Amino acid sequence: MNRLGPSRATRWIIGILVGAFFAVPLVSTFLYTLRGRDGSLSFDRWATLFDPAASAAIKPIWTGLGNSLVLAVVTVAIVLLLLAPTMILVNLRFPKLKPAFEFAALLPISIPAIVLVVGLAPIYLQIGRSIGTGTWTLAFAYGITVLPFAYRSIQASIDAADLRTLAEAARSLGASWPVVVIRVLAPNIRQGLLAGSLISIAVVLGEFTIASLLNRQVFQTALVVVNKQDAYAPAIFTLLALLFCFLLLLIIGRLARGKRKARS
Amino acid sequence: MTSSVIGADAAASAPTNAGPSRTARRSGASAAWLGLVPFAAYVLLFLAVPTVLAIGSGFFDSDGAFTWHNLSALGDPVVLGTFGASAWLSLLTAVVGAVVGALVCYALLGLDPQGAVRQAVDAAAGVLAQFGGVMLAFAFIATIGVQGVITVTLRDELGIDIFSDGVWLYDLPGLILPYIYFQVPLMVITFMPALAALKPQWAEANLALGGTRASFWAHIGIPVLAPSFLASLLLLFANAFSSYATAAALASQGSQIVPLQIRAALASETVLGRENLAGALALGMIVVVGVVMALYSLIQRRAARWQA
Repeated sequence: MNRLGPSRATRWIIGILVGAFFAVPLVSTFLYTLRGRDGSLSFDRWATLFDPAASAAIKPIWTGLGNSLVLAVVTVAIVLLLLAPTMILVNLRFPKLKPAFEFAALLPISIPAIVLVVGLAPIYLQIGRSIGTGTWTLAFAYGITVLPFAYRSIQASIDAADLRTLAEAARSLGASWPVVVIRVLAPNIRQGLLAGSLISIAVVLGEFTIASLLNRQVFQTALVVVNKQDAYAPAIFTLLALLFCFLLLLIIGRLARGKRKARS
Repeated sequence: MTSSVIGADAAASAPTNAGPSRTARRSGASAAWLGLVPFAAYVLLFLAVPTVLAIGSGFFDSDGAFTWHNLSALGDPVVLGTFGASAWLSLLTAVVGAVVGALVCYALLGLDPQGAVRQAVDAAAGVLAQFGGVMLAFAFIATIGVQGVITVTLRDELGIDIFSDGVWLYDLPGLILPYIYFQVPLMVITFMPALAALKPQWAEANLALGGTRASFWAHIGIPVLAPSFLASLLLLFANAFSSYATAAALASQGSQIVPLQIRAALASETVLGRENLAGALALGMIVVVGVVMALYSLIQRRAARWQA
């Protein structure tokens, strides 16, 4: 493998040039949040963020963040209670359906959210009339948005575990089906379930298109609203949210690598 | 639901193939099908129906009567211009993103895939490619906005005004840098597996036959990678063509690209003097993205043969 790789100098040159392009906006954003009117640098703006007296202006961000967290919980519930059991069922009982299932699960990648929202608008009009306009209902749409990500994470775990043998062994030892699914199958694909849940949280926290065009207040739409009066608070939250997602993905990467190591 | 279902199957697969177990199998199978119903209903209601509605609404007028009239909007010079701008932006950022992203993949080749650098790059690429959206727009406003750190530094220290010809950040040219910022990481994610699948044995065979590093890339590496590169390029094009969040946050007004024109069409009943323009635009968009993604999966299938 090393023989194919570039020389140390080439690696460093590419790394520094591309690294600089990616570092400049992030470092600039950080300096932007520190820079005072007179050009001095201080953490004052970061401090006022958590000061209740000064936080009236950024209240929409906290509200939006709260809504996004509720959405993340409901979306994860859809992944764990609807998608995962169906995937287990398809893998155990309908292996012939797997290609069709995969096609449906990956389809949302090919349908732009901006197109989906044109069709979701009339559906959410109906939902608003029957269930109400609570923000949490948006999770039904988000469940579709996270489908390709969650599917890939969970399917990788299912492929690594021999569900059929596990299920038959547990059944022959007298376990009932709920016990088999919850205490035998789920623990064996827990890395996939965890990775799928974490990536769903990242998708929900970063989602803007659907929420904005359906007029719901979530984290990202709140950032845009607040940005019109105060550009600094959204910049701070941007850095924090990017860092949070980075850590989530780092954990997901660890999970996937641990699994690969265990298999080999 | 899942549980009772599969239980019947286990009973049916018992060695005795007598009557009762056979009935169990039959009822078990139909019960198992029932287990698929909730998910199927969900996907139908929130994926299939919205897609059909989005495409279909372009064919109906405000009274619900079928019409071809709305589709003529796709021939409107303004709309055609927007599609042209979207295609130009997507192609430019896809090509730059693909070339730079491929270089990054090349630089990463030979590093330990379990190592700290690869883990950090993978996670960072995932964040910027998939979850940046609005936040990337803010980062660029803080960097090269009117009060941005780079803008101010260049102006005060070097006397260079990057906006001497007017503020372009909130218009079409302003989208280029933020788009490249999420295209390069997407290229790293999609192209890295292809590059990592290059077999060291091929390089050894090339050396054993008297080849050089350059001849390896010219005769083996690049031809083998070409389909994957092309597939990734198409994916990047589709990605830029369908992205909305970054553009919406930067250009709070105007319809510089198709997704923003859909926003304008959704916000008011009649745009350009037409009804249901959003449906017609959505149809045009899904045709473009659909064709590109279909080509992508065709080429990707061909590329996959080297990644066994």
